[in-house]
Amino acid sequence: MQLGRVMGSVVASEKVDGLDGVRFLVVQPLDRNSRPSGATVVAADAVHMAGEGELVYFVASREAAEAMPERFVPVDHAVVGIVDHVHLPDERRRAAHEEEE
Amino acid sequence: MKVGTVAGTVVSTVNTPLLDRRLLLCDIEGMQGREGYTICVDVVDAGVGDTVLILDEGNSARQILGVDTGEIRAVIVGIIDQIDLD
Repeated sequence: MQLGRVMGSVVASEKVDGLDGVRFLVVQPLDRNSRPSGATVVAADAVHMAGEGELVYFVASREAAEAMPERFVPVDHAVVGIVDHVHLPDERRRAAHEEEE
Repeated sequence: MKVGTVAGTVVSTVNTPLLDRRLLLCDIEGMQGREGYTICVDVVDAGVGDTVLILDEGNSARQILGVDTGEIRAVIVGIIDQIDLD
């Protein structure tokens, strides 16, 4: 799973069967320090609560379809959680050290 | 499987029920240093700084957690004591 930032949503009225009622979000993948990394993806919202600007984590490939209420739907990325906090103890120590210098 | 180092924890309240577990952010280690990261489910109580064995395959992950279906792929399955390379 990777971290991502929700950039917006995608609305499609004509969809493959099984995708009715599924929300789609534009997600910018992030690196471990929450900086943008790579191309944006469209991900299904499996938590039904993720909104624009939120820090989330998402799962890719077949496991994304597993997050959907219906099995074997054509989904390759799914937001599976909203992140409250990423705690990287060493990074904080390093940042504090750099600040001192 | 991959070798990783636990960099920190990811705290989340709103998530799918299966992922309501301890999640760790792990750097993936390659021969030339870091090769990205992944957020893993922890079943062995690994801690920050530990070198760990990461299983990144869905069916095996589901088997470990005892579920038939589920949005789960990366799981920490071991804490590495030592790696010998000739």
